[in-house]
Amino acid sequence: MVNLIGKNLTAGYGGVDIIENINLNVKEGEIVVIVGPNGAGKSTVMKSLLGMLSLTNGNVFFSDKEITTMLPQDRIKLGIGFVPQNQNVFTGMTVEENLEMGGFLRQDNILDTIEEIYQLFPVLKEKRNQNAGELSGGQRQQVAFGRALMTKPKILMLDEPTAGVSPIVMDDLFSRIIEVGKTGVGILMVEQNAKQALSIADSGYVLVNGKNNREGTGKELLNNPEVRKSFLGG
Amino acid sequence: MIDIINAIVLLLNFIFIPAITYGSQLALGALGITFIYGILRFANFSHGEFMSFGAMSCIIVTWFFQSNNINLGYLPTALLALPFAILSTIALSLLFNKFVFNYYRIQRSAPVVIAMASIGVMFIINAIIRIVIGPNDIKFFDGQKFIIKAKQFKNLTGLNEGLALKSTQVLTVFITILLLIFVFWFLQKTKTGKSMRAFSDNEDLALLSGINPSKVVLITWLIVGTLACVAGTLYGLDKGYKPFTYLGLVLPIFAAAIVGGIGNPIGAVVGGYTIAFSEIMITYAYKKFFKYLLPESLEPSGMIQLLSTDYKFAVSFTILTIVLLVRPSGIFKGRTL
Repeated sequence: MVNLIGKNLTAGYGGVDIIENINLNVKEGEIVVIVGPNGAGKSTVMKSLLGMLSLTNGNVFFSDKEITTMLPQDRIKLGIGFVPQNQNVFTGMTVEENLEMGGFLRQDNILDTIEEIYQLFPVLKEKRNQNAGELSGGQRQQVAFGRALMTKPKILMLDEPTAGVSPIVMDDLFSRIIEVGKTGVGILMVEQNAKQALSIADSGYVLVNGKNNREGTGKELLNNPEVRKSFLGG
Repeated sequence: MIDIINAIVLLLNFIFIPAITYGSQLALGALGITFIYGILRFANFSHGEFMSFGAMSCIIVTWFFQSNNINLGYLPTALLALPFAILSTIALSLLFNKFVFNYYRIQRSAPVVIAMASIGVMFIINAIIRIVIGPNDIKFFDGQKFIIKAKQFKNLTGLNEGLALKSTQVLTVFITILLLIFVFWFLQKTKTGKSMRAFSDNEDLALLSGINPSKVVLITWLIVGTLACVAGTLYGLDKGYKPFTYLGLVLPIFAAAIVGGIGNPIGAVVGGYTIAFSEIMITYAYKKFFKYLLPESLEPSGMIQLLSTDYKFAVSFTILTIVLLVRPSGIFKGRTL
């Protein structure tokens, strides 16, 4: 069973801890969502799981193996994918080159994986020779996804995948995320659009002021009156 | 009719051929600047001295070959020495990378700080060159000097104007084309080349994709060392080697890189030729040209020269200023390889 576990994660920038004692667990094939107000430390959780931020306390486990001190690149090799929120494509390179760069570390044939990604995101196949910088926001996001999927991750982390796209594109992106989840990849995402995100989530975490405030299945959190009142607008 | 042909030959001989040659040398130089800027994100003022060092190494190896009676017949012995000179220039650039530039890269210093450090490197290399080979003029060209001599051309065609084609000019253009094809093929088609473009495009994402920054930087210096050495040697072969001129060459080279869009390799090449053609066209005296084309009554009395050749660097400086004012990103949008 592949899973990514964060245990008592405490981390921050410049000596100030932004997150404290965060516990979370992502299993393969599961969609897990972190919601919470601005500045709650949602992205920081993700960065500390990837090792882009060193922990002041806590441990990270991948499939029961401790990876707390591992370099981000090595975690990617291990099977953790990451799509940053901003600047998540190589704008001056074609869609296909973006995918190739995603598979940079792989020694085996990456053409099959590229073909699979084209099946998942047909619009990318159409625009394969176009520069990623010339695409629309939603299409770019798909390139960013595709690039991260090239490493064949077991766990994929998405930092606000629908930030700044129109509602129609957002729905489309969410349905792609579900599709990716169905292929057996575990997905951890941070989302501003909490309602939609929780409605597709298997489980969710509510983060307030850098602390685990509440956790439960997506449905539970959606129906919880307190969560509704504070984050979901009633 | 014959006057028109004469006028065309005149322009070919005094503008087109020299400008293509000089433009190629600038293009190779500017490409080196652009590579450093695109990957390491600083303006490398020491590039002219890397070129000078390359030419100097080539001269020394050439002397060695000449004293052992090794030569290439019609071709200059320097061609044989060039691979060794490239290796020594690469060694020098790796040395400065290890002891100077790498420190600032890992510190993530501001680009202007690294640019200042590169000025220091410039003085150091300059001093090394003066100690090793001195400040004097050196001609190291041997072999056959002309492919077509002006007189031969006149006799052959019966025209008034001669067309001279030096072998260094042909060599410069030929080697430049080969190098450019290689560099663009490398950047567009190979995995390593693409990873360099990716690194230049988005460093953080490149790291997330597992691209190794030290390897990218190493390959950058290999390419830059090669380009600098070839550009410096070709310039020295064509115009004679004098350490001082390479100090001045930094300006047109930077102008070329910025005009084309610094960080963009195609821009560097286009910028190189733009600067070369402007410099030569603006400093050329057109009196003879108009003499061929205009009736006698309209013949110009002056030289019809916009600027004296002493001011040729002013031309690149002016173009540089205009581009920075009107289109700061350059002809092609710069920043990434």
